[in-house]
Amino acid sequence: MRIVVVGASLAGLRAAQALRSAGHAGELFVVGDEQRLPYTRPPLSKELLAGAHTVEQCDFPCDELDVTWRLGAAAAALDRDAKAVVLADGERIAYDRLIVATGCRARTWTGPGAELAGLHTLRDIDDTLALRRELEAGSRKVAVVGAGFVGAEVAATARGLGLDVTLIDVAPHPLLPLGPLLGERCAQLHRDRGVELKLATGVKGFRGKGAQGGAAGARGPAGGSAAAAAGAASATADGAPAAATPGAADAGSGARPTADRVAAVVLDDGSEVAADVVVVALGALPNTEWLAGSGLTLDPGLVCDATLTSVDDPDVLCAGDATSWPHPLADGATIRVEHWTNAAEQGAAAARNALAPAAERTPYAAAPYFWSDQYDVKIQAVGLPGRAERIELLEESPEGDRLVAVGVRDGKVIAAVAFNAVRRLAWYRRQLADPPSFEQVAAAVAADDRALGAPSGVGR
Amino acid sequence: MKVHVDMNLCQAHGECVFAAPDVFELHDDDSLTWVEEVGEDRRAAVEQAAQVCPMMAIRLEG
Repeated sequence: MRIVVVGASLAGLRAAQALRSAGHAGELFVVGDEQRLPYTRPPLSKELLAGAHTVEQCDFPCDELDVTWRLGAAAAALDRDAKAVVLADGERIAYDRLIVATGCRARTWTGPGAELAGLHTLRDIDDTLALRRELEAGSRKVAVVGAGFVGAEVAATARGLGLDVTLIDVAPHPLLPLGPLLGERCAQLHRDRGVELKLATGVKGFRGKGAQGGAAGARGPAGGSAAAAAGAASATADGAPAAATPGAADAGSGARPTADRVAAVVLDDGSEVAADVVVVALGALPNTEWLAGSGLTLDPGLVCDATLTSVDDPDVLCAGDATSWPHPLADGATIRVEHWTNAAEQGAAAARNALAPAAERTPYAAAPYFWSDQYDVKIQAVGLPGRAERIELLEESPEGDRLVAVGVRDGKVIAAVAFNAVRRLAWYRRQLADPPSFEQVAAAVAADDRALGAPSGVGR
Repeated sequence: MKVHVDMNLCQAHGECVFAAPDVFELHDDDSLTWVEEVGEDRRAAVEQAAQVCPMMAIRLEG
C-alpha cells in the first residue's frame, strides 16, 4: 500500500512518523511546497525573530525517517478517479491512502499600499529571516497590523529588541478569541512595556515614502488625514511598482530598486502611524484550493468526520490547520484549529486511522491546547475559548501576575486560559473531557487551597 | 528505556504530563520532574510525550 502525505510541516511529519511506527512498511511519500525539511514554527515569531535561535534549532529531527520526500513541490490538484496527487510541475503521485496536511498560509494585505516594500507577513522561516534582516538593518518604527497571537508575539519580540512598536487592530482588544477580560490583560502587558496600542482602529492602507513628497514627509508626525489617505490610494494604482509614482526615485537604493518603501500606516480616520517596517498579521487561510476540483467538501477547510476522514472519500484523511472536523466541545459542530499541538496530534491520529478500515477508525476529540509567549508571560489555553459566551476569572495570584479563567457556553465550561499558571491549568484540562457546569468548577476551585489566591477565595 | 529532558529547553507546557502522567510530573512551582528509567510498557506513552513536546525537549534512549 502506498500512502501519500501532502504537506511537510508538523502535521505531515507526525503523520509520516506515526505511519512508520504503526508498522506501515509500504511506500510513503511526503510532498511539501517549501524546499526545507519540516521545522517547528512557534519560534518564528519569537526566538528566531529575536536572533536567539538559529534556523537549525527549528529543524525537526527526521533523518531516520524512511520516506520519499518531494520538497519544493506544491500540490496542484487531486485526481480522485485515478487516485493521484498532481504536482505543480505535472508529476502525478498515485496513492492508496492520502493524508492532506497542507495547513494554512498567512492572509495578505491586498488593499492600498500592498505593493510597498517593507510590508511583511510571517508564516515560514524565510518570512522571519526577511523581517529580521530589516529589523537588524536599522528599522526603528515597527507597526504590527493585527493583534492576534502572531501579531501580539511579533510586537512583543520587536519591543524586546528595543524598537518602537505600534500594535493596531480593528478589534477592541488583542487576542480576540480570549474575550475582553483577558484581551485587556494582554493589552496592558504591551502598554506596560511601551508598545503603543491602537485598538478598535481600522487600517485604510499603507503610504509609501514616494507618495507624499519623499522621505521627509514620511518621517513627519501622524495626522496627514485626508491627503495621506489619498496618497495611499494613489500609490497602489494597479499594484504597479511605485517607481511610476512621482518622488519615488529616492527609494531606488537597496535591495528592491523598483519598489517604493512603506512610510506609514493610514488609519481609517485618515491619521497615520509612521513605520519603517509593517507586519501584517491578519490571520491565516487554509491551503485547500488545490482540492477545489476534487469533489471533496471544503468549508474552506477539508470537511471530515470525527475520525479525520473526508466525508466524501474514505481514502482521504486530513490533519492539522486545514482540517474541519466535528468536535464534542462544539456540540458536534465542525471546527478548525490552527495550533501546534493540534497539528502534532492530528497528524498521528490521521495516520493511525489511515491504516485502519473505515469502520474501525477512532475519533479524534482531544481538547485543543495552545499557548502564546509574550514578554515574560506564558498564556496557555485548553478547549475552545473562541466559542465561549463569556470568560470568567476564577483564580488570580495576589500580585496579579498569574491567573486562570474559564470559558463558559450554555452553562458548561468548554475552555480554560491561564497566565503563568500551567500547573493549575492541568486540573481544568482534565475536567474538559466531560465538560462540567460553571458552578461545579467555581465551587471546586473555591474549595481548593492550591488555587491561586487561596485561601481568600476566588478572585472575581 | 531512558528518558532525558533538556531543562534548558523545557518551558513547562505540561504536554508530557498529559501524555504520560505516571512518568512526568509538574509541581506547584511549575518545575518538572520525571522518571528517568521506564519499562517497555510505557514506551508508547513516552514516545507520545516526546512528540507533543512543543520545545522538543524530550529525548528517549534505548
